[in-house]
Amino acid sequence: MLDAKIPSGSLESKWTDYKGHVRLVNPANKRKIEVIIVGTGLAGASAAASLGELGYKVKAFCFQDSPRRAHSIAAQGGINASKNYQNDGDSVFRLFYDTIKGGDYRAREANVHRLAEVSGAIIDQCVAQGVPFAREYGGLLSNRSFGGTQVQRTFYAAGQTGQQLLIGAYQALERQVALGNVTMHTRHEMLDVVMIDGKARGIIARDLVSGKLERHFGHAVLLCTGGYGNVFYLSTNAMGSNVTAAWKAHKKGAYFSNPCFTQIHPTCIPVSGDHQSKLTLMSESLRNDGRIWVPKKQHDDRKANEIPEEERDYYLERRYPAFGNLVPRDVASRAAKERCDAGYGVGSSKQAVYLDYSDAIERYGKAEVNKRNLGNISHDEIMKLGKDVVKEKYGNLFDMYEKITGENPYEVPMRIYPAVHYTMGGLWVNYELQTTIPGLYALGECNFSDHGANRLGASALMQGLADGYFVIPYTVGNYLADEISTGSVPTSHPAFEETEKAVADRINTLKSINGKQTVESFHKRLGKIMWDKCGMARSEEGLKQAIQQIRDLKKEFWSDVRIPGSIDEFNPELDKAGRVADFIELGELMCIDALDRNESCGGHFREEYQTPDGEALRDDANYMYVSAWQYSKEHEWTLHKESLDYEVVKPSQRSYK
Amino acid sequence: MQHYNMNLTLKVWRQKDKNAAGGFETYQVKDISSEMSFLEMFDVLNERLIVEGKEPIAFDHDCREGICGMCSMVIDGRPHGPWEANTTCQLHMRAYKDGDTIVVEPWRANAFPVVKDLVVDRGSFDRIIQAGGFVSVNTGNAVDGNAIPIEKDNADAAFAAAACIGCGACVAACKNSSAMLFVSAKVSHLALLPQGEPERRQRVVNMIAQMDKEGFGSCTNTYSCEAECPKEISVTNIARLNREYLQASLK
Repeated sequence: MLDAKIPSGSLESKWTDYKGHVRLVNPANKRKIEVIIVGTGLAGASAAASLGELGYKVKAFCFQDSPRRAHSIAAQGGINASKNYQNDGDSVFRLFYDTIKGGDYRAREANVHRLAEVSGAIIDQCVAQGVPFAREYGGLLSNRSFGGTQVQRTFYAAGQTGQQLLIGAYQALERQVALGNVTMHTRHEMLDVVMIDGKARGIIARDLVSGKLERHFGHAVLLCTGGYGNVFYLSTNAMGSNVTAAWKAHKKGAYFSNPCFTQIHPTCIPVSGDHQSKLTLMSESLRNDGRIWVPKKQHDDRKANEIPEEERDYYLERRYPAFGNLVPRDVASRAAKERCDAGYGVGSSKQAVYLDYSDAIERYGKAEVNKRNLGNISHDEIMKLGKDVVKEKYGNLFDMYEKITGENPYEVPMRIYPAVHYTMGGLWVNYELQTTIPGLYALGECNFSDHGANRLGASALMQGLADGYFVIPYTVGNYLADEISTGSVPTSHPAFEETEKAVADRINTLKSINGKQTVESFHKRLGKIMWDKCGMARSEEGLKQAIQQIRDLKKEFWSDVRIPGSIDEFNPELDKAGRVADFIELGELMCIDALDRNESCGGHFREEYQTPDGEALRDDANYMYVSAWQYSKEHEWTLHKESLDYEVVKPSQRSYK
Repeated sequence: MQHYNMNLTLKVWRQKDKNAAGGFETYQVKDISSEMSFLEMFDVLNERLIVEGKEPIAFDHDCREGICGMCSMVIDGRPHGPWEANTTCQLHMRAYKDGDTIVVEPWRANAFPVVKDLVVDRGSFDRIIQAGGFVSVNTGNAVDGNAIPIEKDNADAAFAAAACIGCGACVAACKNSSAMLFVSAKVSHLALLPQGEPERRQRVVNMIAQMDKEGFGSCTNTYSCEAECPKEISVTNIARLNREYLQASLK
């Protein structure tokens, strides 16, 4: 039986009560306890800094050349917090409620409420670190709207909020490095968890420069390794983002939850050709002011500016009048796919819709005319003023669009299409963020806990920092309080030796295959299977085919992959081979999970289960659970279920109309 | 935008490791689409090299959307290539035409030793941040975010400085391999905000000391750093750094 260890008491008092009664480790003992943190994005860097400040001996690892490069840096739009600075009706409860509803009633109430409770403290902490959030002329913090909400609770730093938050956490981390509390291992990849007496006691890591394997002991291991969107090959993730650390933990006994819950982001730059190596997101914040449309006529080949207003179909505003262009991501993505599949797509590929700023530019231009008392000026001049306002708000995003596509989005509407962006699924964790392996924790995107079947915009940054700054410093102590007497286990222990040998054997096996096909070519083929059959729409038949195709691909990979170079040098192809091998196994589990879930909810859309008007049709009677898969052996998993008992929110059909 | 294909000659720096002597190798690439990014062109070349049984070219890259600061190539003598305010990963092949020859090298600076081919070690930047590029505030000590009002102009200027992505193009562009633009961006970001005030003096002194220790060169005001910075960090930050340093030294 899965025990989520949710504290008793009312929803609002659980976290306060927990903190009041949790066991503590005294400062002298903290100095003797070592904690390993894998990954240095928002969750990892904030956890490393906070635990270092508390006095634990922290060892942090990242595969990049600096902790500041983790992919949290690419988050654009913002971070939510229920500060209610806008006096527009926000509260902890409303943020909690929006997140549960946005997740299509597949998230755990207690975790989400805690997230909403600590959201305000995150903003305070970041401001104190010097994170340069956008401000109003009065010197106070500015907010904007995001999808799936009707209040303005998103804090931001132009289009680079993730960067500014990560640099804040990174600087806090480097401060602890300077103080000797954190040891940083860059260009290192975790390749297995070391288990002693059923507990996580360390990791085997590979130095990616020398290729050498290293043993590292820790009283606890925290995985902060992000999501697995790159299983689709094309996604908005960084090229190096991978599932390997989480997957190794899974194969050592950590259950993997809701792997099929993946988020397809509606506003990305469309694929331009076979050479495409990654997809670029255009921030959801653009839906604040931009209007999404396609031509009313099928297969309309006219240029966007040649299509008159009355021949444009603003389909989100038409279908969802209450939320309009700000419907949640899953809804917006499916609506775009529906229009393109029906023959209304635009651009040369016809797999795109328009995101149009001309109305916003005109509106802002007129507002400037009023503000500055400019009287009668020409339309061109109004538009110029409006463009300046838009440039201040979204300039870097518009520049990025122009660099990639060669088109000027101030003059012609952007073309956008949905792309894989975030994974709600991940390692199963209890209320304390501990996986099913004692001493092994998962924070941020790599756990499953807070976003249900669909994440709302600007909530990933909130969760990463909540877990790292404000949750783990309390919950890990509750475990470590029992470990004071453990002492440091020498890495000559047989468990370290055996695990290292297994890791070395796998690397040698991979290298010795010496086949004909490149790692990249396998990754592309896996991505195509996943996108076609386990992407925006899934069906029983497609998923069954996908499972077989993935099994075949795995066999082919292990008999015909070619890895150049040697294993004892800097060899990015070898690193990638190990990651793709793990993605192939994960892909199979994702399809199995999607096949098990005979309902549609959030980002998981089974074609067999939809309402007459094409909305997701949940089945609360049979599927109101978190799936938690236990690895048995190759191609075999056991399903455990954590049932979701809603005590406060009453699940209903999600409506944004 | 008209799309086209092109054939190109690449001269790429190859170096086995930190200690090996390096040199240029020449490669021909065919049918490169103008819609590809510069790194996707390298992907195509590397795939071919692997199939031919040769060693692919090592280069750093990660986000491929111009924000992580990992990519680092000197292209025809210019860090991040010919486009203004741009990173290598965002450079697209429509910048080139059929028949062009392109020379690609790593960042060159003593403080950035080559790891392999086009990959360098920028750990020196992390150590400069460790010397003082932070506000000493432990988790949980913060007052309410709106309890610290900040004049919008200062907040905007701090943001503009904080936009630095730590890629090192400023160092690669400088004939002295100076890191002044990088250091000044961090000093400015924090000096412009009230949160940075208590540690203002020791921060600038310690960061400069670490910069010197790492072996970066001096600034002789050529402004090549600003010209090549993908995030358009202004050299006025260097002026501010000098002022901060002088004030701190006089104290």
